[in-house]
Amino acid sequence: MYKEICSKYAPTKDNLIYILHEIQDAEPQHYISKEAVLAVSDYLKLPENHIYGVMTFYSMYSTTPRGKHIIRLCESPPCYIKGSENILRKLGIILGVEVGETTKDGMFTLELCACLGVCGNAPVMMINEDVYGDLSEEKVEEIIESIRGRQ
Amino acid sequence: MKTLADLKKIREKAQEDLKLRSGNTRVKIVVGMGTSGIAMGAREVMKTFLEEIATRNLTDVLVTQTGEKGLSSIEPVVDVIEEGKDSITYGNMTPDKVKKVIAEHIVNGRIVSDYVVQTGN
Amino acid sequence: MSLKRIDLLICCGSGCVSAGALKIKERFHEVLAENNITNEVNIIETGCMGPCDYGPVMVIYPEGIFYQKVTPEDVEDIVKEHFLKGRPVTRLMLQDKDKTIQIQKDVPFYHKQIKVALENCGYINPDSLEEYIATGGYEALGRVLLEMTPQEAINIIKESGLRGRGGGGFPTHIKWQMVHDNTQEKVKYIICNGDEGDPGAFMDRSLLEGDPHRILEGMMIAAYCMGASEGFFYIRAEYPLAITRIKQAIEQAKELGLMGQNVFGTDFCFDAEVRTGAGAFVCGEEMALISSIEGQRGNPTPKPPYPAVQGLWGKPTVVNNVETLGNIPTIISRGAEWFASMGTEKSKGTKVFALTGDIRNTGLVEVPMGITLRELIFDVGGGMIGDHKFKAVQLGGPSGGCLTADHLDTPVDYENLKARGAMMGSGGIIVMNEEKCMVNVAKFFMDFCVEESCGKCSPCRIGLKQMLEILERITSGKGKEGDIDELLRLGESVSKLSLCGLGQTAPNPVLSTIRYFRDEYESHIRDQSCNSKVCLDLMHFNIDKERCIGCSLCARKCPTNCISGSREDKYTIHQVDCIKCGNCFDVCPVKAVEKIPGMHPEIVERQKEMAKAAKRNDD
Repeated sequence: MYKEICSKYAPTKDNLIYILHEIQDAEPQHYISKEAVLAVSDYLKLPENHIYGVMTFYSMYSTTPRGKHIIRLCESPPCYIKGSENILRKLGIILGVEVGETTKDGMFTLELCACLGVCGNAPVMMINEDVYGDLSEEKVEEIIESIRGRQ
Repeated sequence: MKTLADLKKIREKAQEDLKLRSGNTRVKIVVGMGTSGIAMGAREVMKTFLEEIATRNLTDVLVTQTGEKGLSSIEPVVDVIEEGKDSITYGNMTPDKVKKVIAEHIVNGRIVSDYVVQTGN
Repeated sequence: MSLKRIDLLICCGSGCVSAGALKIKERFHEVLAENNITNEVNIIETGCMGPCDYGPVMVIYPEGIFYQKVTPEDVEDIVKEHFLKGRPVTRLMLQDKDKTIQIQKDVPFYHKQIKVALENCGYINPDSLEEYIATGGYEALGRVLLEMTPQEAINIIKESGLRGRGGGGFPTHIKWQMVHDNTQEKVKYIICNGDEGDPGAFMDRSLLEGDPHRILEGMMIAAYCMGASEGFFYIRAEYPLAITRIKQAIEQAKELGLMGQNVFGTDFCFDAEVRTGAGAFVCGEEMALISSIEGQRGNPTPKPPYPAVQGLWGKPTVVNNVETLGNIPTIISRGAEWFASMGTEKSKGTKVFALTGDIRNTGLVEVPMGITLRELIFDVGGGMIGDHKFKAVQLGGPSGGCLTADHLDTPVDYENLKARGAMMGSGGIIVMNEEKCMVNVAKFFMDFCVEESCGKCSPCRIGLKQMLEILERITSGKGKEGDIDELLRLGESVSKLSLCGLGQTAPNPVLSTIRYFRDEYESHIRDQSCNSKVCLDLMHFNIDKERCIGCSLCARKCPTNCISGSREDKYTIHQVDCIKCGNCFDVCPVKAVEKIPGMHPEIVERQKEMAKAAKRNDD
């Protein structure tokens, strides 16, 4: 799989970030494995430490397996002012995990992230690519329930 | 795309899609769509206007609707509003009458006085 | 064949989408089909219309009726009443005092606004190149290519007085001129900086999503002026829709021959591609951004050499912000004089601001430079929510500063804000009411910068961390005399010594809050009291026995069982065990639980005892 993804891009260094994005998206557990790093290193002729350096610099890459749905709650000041702390507490209670952890069933990973640029509707969170705004504790509960229900 | 004239051609064509939003139209046709208007066939009247205008490719005409105008006895009622002219109100409209209003009034500028129930505001 | 008679513009900016705009759109499709009028109504997804707080919003033409806070349940009414019977649905219109506002342009939110960059946002379909062209799109590019030399076009931008909208306010024409004048180097690049990361700013996202062709046209004009034939859009990976829209715009422009070889039959050839980040705030800094495009860690490098001399892959490069590029086509078509007629002496034109925080009309606005903060917050923004009082406004995100009620009549432009310790930044405006603790806010911004520091240079990496530790100490009641001076000293050093803009500006929120809210810092340190009752260690909960009805709800909801009492004796909080979760405060039906500034005497006593015990152990 890794080779296939790599071969879509020219073997130049500037494609590293895109290859990593695509590998992580294709991986059901949303992370970049050691094998993937080796394959990319081989393809781009870059040392592994360069790849690890890039991966750990950017917050969106993970070196450990994550859940099927990645919840990214905005921790920026506009959301904080509108009560994101309560939302975080609520998410922690509903999911039974701390920030950075994945639920036991592998469904959700709870993360914090920098501004999502939807500050007019703060507090907000993103689950995979969907943005949810004007969050309240009740609304968060509904959203998580509906995603669980979809399974 | 080689010249500004080429771009202008595309622009003019595309502006028709924005006609409803920009308000740059010569004639505005307002169909009264209150309960009594609808009961008397205003939907058919509206539909005929839309079809006729599309068939004849009249790009400077806009059709919209309004609520009850209090003229129940002569519904369906249609206003034809042209910039700088008195508005004309037609009453007791039917699809056939619509075709005539389009052909005479909208295209050739001749008011169909037989159907007129009111002029000015 | 039939003619459309209604344009239904549904705002699909991120704010409205997060509030459910897409579900409403689906519902419209269903209800229109049920009523057999699908072919009479155009459903158009537009970019951000601005008033996010009213979302989901929509405008219905030809009348221009504005509906707000629409739910899927309202769709049936809109179709049956408005579309079929011509009776607009009054209950979905905005109420301003006793007035019902029908038409979009009558909404007070829009009154003081002049839209230049945002002109088409929320008005055209961003998926349609034709609609952009219908509003005059790509004419500016055509005119520049066919009728002007690069130098003539640069002169127009110079005369317009346009300055970079991303934060620094550097005159746009100077960057272009430098790269233009380099005639030795054949390969040059133009980069559009769409790595918007300032908390509280979302204008770049809205522009990229709502009017992508405008940004593309601006980029091509810039490219022609400086002699570049390749461009890059660097967009945050957090903005998937913006990425899709720009990619699509590039494809559409190529298809029509507006991009590619010999545009408008001239020698100008241009190609652009989209590059994305992967979650790093520092990549908004131009040198870091260039490193990131090259496939490296987004570390900034010392300047000089400036990117205009040695940028992407060592070639001369101009990095322009999204909003800056968005102004270019309009400046070319309406003239430098027109643009320069708006604004103040040194800050020309308009600026897009994102209003957020404790303000009634949050959203995206575009106003002439020089408007006062008061007009911006109270007229455009509608003032504070509820009965709250205005306390402070934070401008320019983590690089900016806080201003107070004394500054409300300050004209908003680059110089005036800077003189008062804030900055324009990218235009994020966070309004705060009297319940906010300024020390806590400063700590919050510092926390953000510490997290986002790339770690390359030590003043930023170590200095900011030191500042954060002091702030944490102060907000947890362990502040010492001299902490404020230490913060000032560290802040100045970090500002002076850091490599890039992130570090140079990161101390600003702390420095400006010390400047204007020093008393709050002092009460945190000396009185161990957070008068805004935000810092948990410096406030406590208390039950007012007069008001308590003895219902025991608080005691049952307390996770540490530290509330006891009875119906007769009323209830009391045992301060030593209280973890200040706030449950009792939330559940009390008669609001008998109150927040009191300062530590409870029992806690102070206990801390003293513990300190003594610790000292004995040491001895």
